[in-house]
Amino acid sequence: MSNSDSDNESDSLSNQLEFSHRPEWSDVVPIEQDDGLNPVVRIAYSDRFRETFDYIRACMKTNEMSERTLDLTKTACQLNPANYTVWYYRRKILYHLKSDLNEELAFIGQMIKENPKNYQVWEHRRLIVERSGHTSNELSFIASILQNDSKNYHAWQYRQWLLKTYSLWSNELNYIDQLLQEDIRNNSAWNQRYFVIAHTTGFKDDIIERELDYVEKHIQSCPDNESSWNYLRGIARFRSINLNDQRIWNFCQNLYENHFQKDDFNNRQWRFLLGYMIELLIDDDRDEKREENKRMITDLCEKLALQIDSIRKKYWRYIQEQYGTK
Amino acid sequence: MGTPQRDITIDTSKVPKDLLIEKHCAFLTGYGHSHNTYEYGTTDYLRMSGIYWLCTCLDLLHSLKLIDQEYIIDYIQKCYDKNSGGYSPCPNHDPHLLYTLSAVQILVQLNRIDLIDKQNLCSYIKQLQQDDGSFMGDQWGEIDTRFSFCAIACLKLIDSLDVIDIDRATNFIMNCLNFDGGFGCIPGAESHAGQIYCCLGFLSLVQRLDNLDLSTRNMLGWWLCERQLDKSGGLNGRPEKLPDVCYSWWVLASLKILGKIQWINSEKLSKFILASQDDETGGCADRPGNIPDPFHTLFGITGLSLLNIYDENIIKKVNPVLCMPEYIIQKMGIKMQLL
Repeated sequence: MSNSDSDNESDSLSNQLEFSHRPEWSDVVPIEQDDGLNPVVRIAYSDRFRETFDYIRACMKTNEMSERTLDLTKTACQLNPANYTVWYYRRKILYHLKSDLNEELAFIGQMIKENPKNYQVWEHRRLIVERSGHTSNELSFIASILQNDSKNYHAWQYRQWLLKTYSLWSNELNYIDQLLQEDIRNNSAWNQRYFVIAHTTGFKDDIIERELDYVEKHIQSCPDNESSWNYLRGIARFRSINLNDQRIWNFCQNLYENHFQKDDFNNRQWRFLLGYMIELLIDDDRDEKREENKRMITDLCEKLALQIDSIRKKYWRYIQEQYGTK
Repeated sequence: MGTPQRDITIDTSKVPKDLLIEKHCAFLTGYGHSHNTYEYGTTDYLRMSGIYWLCTCLDLLHSLKLIDQEYIIDYIQKCYDKNSGGYSPCPNHDPHLLYTLSAVQILVQLNRIDLIDKQNLCSYIKQLQQDDGSFMGDQWGEIDTRFSFCAIACLKLIDSLDVIDIDRATNFIMNCLNFDGGFGCIPGAESHAGQIYCCLGFLSLVQRLDNLDLSTRNMLGWWLCERQLDKSGGLNGRPEKLPDVCYSWWVLASLKILGKIQWINSEKLSKFILASQDDETGGCADRPGNIPDPFHTLFGITGLSLLNIYDENIIKKVNPVLCMPEYIIQKMGIKMQLL
């Protein structure tokens, strides 16, 4: 099954008779689109499209709720899934007719597969799931969409809603881990990890230590992955002050000495390391370390501005000016 | 070591390097008239925004005179839903906050604010606000920080901010602040440059940017300038996505609000935007070599405007919060907070 609307149209719909030739529609007078255009200008796009929406307009005007208008909205939604007015009308009919919502889930599932970045189709699914309470298939459905596009913003938002509303947390960290194994740079997955922990265990000390193990391992295998460094930054701020055992600084320093300094040719991949070290130095409020820290900040900013991350030279100069040696 | 960072490669010998103003004007005015296309038919659900993109871009290029103002004003009137007080994207569609904002922006730009029933519009927007301060886009309940921005921007343009609960609305925005300093569409959702623009724009309009402390602002500013990709010079919307010209707006405007637009390498970005122009048809695409559309054309031009590369005689100054020509905002005396 192809993805484009026009192919959709020619495959499944072209075999149907035009509405104007179908006896069961003979009582309806279609309403043409009124754009305020000069009536001489004909909208010449697909006849099927135009006709379907002419009939939709007529039926919405009379507010007809029937099997035939349910069918009509299916055609209209398939022709233009972004048209939110038709989805709204379709829901009204579905609820009025007390239609089988499982069948509707199958239909909207197919529509989402074909239009995964469309707000209306996800919203429609969400409302149907909410109404029917049929959640058992949802996690695997979303996973199937993420299989094709692991960062689909709508899919993730829908997944978060599902997890929160129906407390389906139990396997989520495993699922995230699986995704990160497939693509360690998947920012959506890292965001989800934070989301799950925030909504379940919270960032307690033992959880933080576990997550530090996790993120450190991932940083080591892919140092220039912005998402993992953002995650580290995000969880580190929850650490209790009494755990100020330099774990994170030591982790950074170890990478700096054993990798960055030894890798003359490929050291741009360590730009997040250097940036994060600067942050740790800025946050270090020990008086006796102040001057030494400033010198280190200056040195790191120089490296970043001139060599490691020169496209952001102005940012590193700003940091140097604010926090380095004067 | 993992996969390398995603980016595109640009063949610099084949891409446009100059600003193709006449071509863009022709592209934009031609787009409005090509009713006999499938694309026109299937984009009716956002037609009002399409007109706003057109009008704004032409005005910035000193060519607003090319549009048929009467036709547009008539169209907007046809899209007004008296019952709710909102505007639809197209006649016979339901009203929605997104298209209400676009309609108001166009009417302000065309100096026909007298056509707005302010009281009715205020009540439309007010009834979309929820208990947690968020805004629905329409009666069907989708919540998104984009809609918070649309609501506030509309009210600001008609000088009626006070009809909604600003404290609660701000509270909702702050609940969307993430661990990386960015904002998502609802609490917990991944940080995304488009959402960040909406949230910063919101805070700017209600003059509460100070809700973000210095360390958060620096973290966010860094996250935003990290959107610039080293190879192509273009901006993406979140980590590991491809560069797209529209982020020249969302990211740049956000940095402008934060007072850190200089953190973007403007030479590299402007090359990317210019390379995304179509030198046959005019217009701008999302990235070099792709098909242009009015949306990306507007944001390419507004991006160049913010970068201040061209004189005002060529591209007018754009307001970084409302994405409208700055002279209009000045004329209306609208105040906002810029750091």
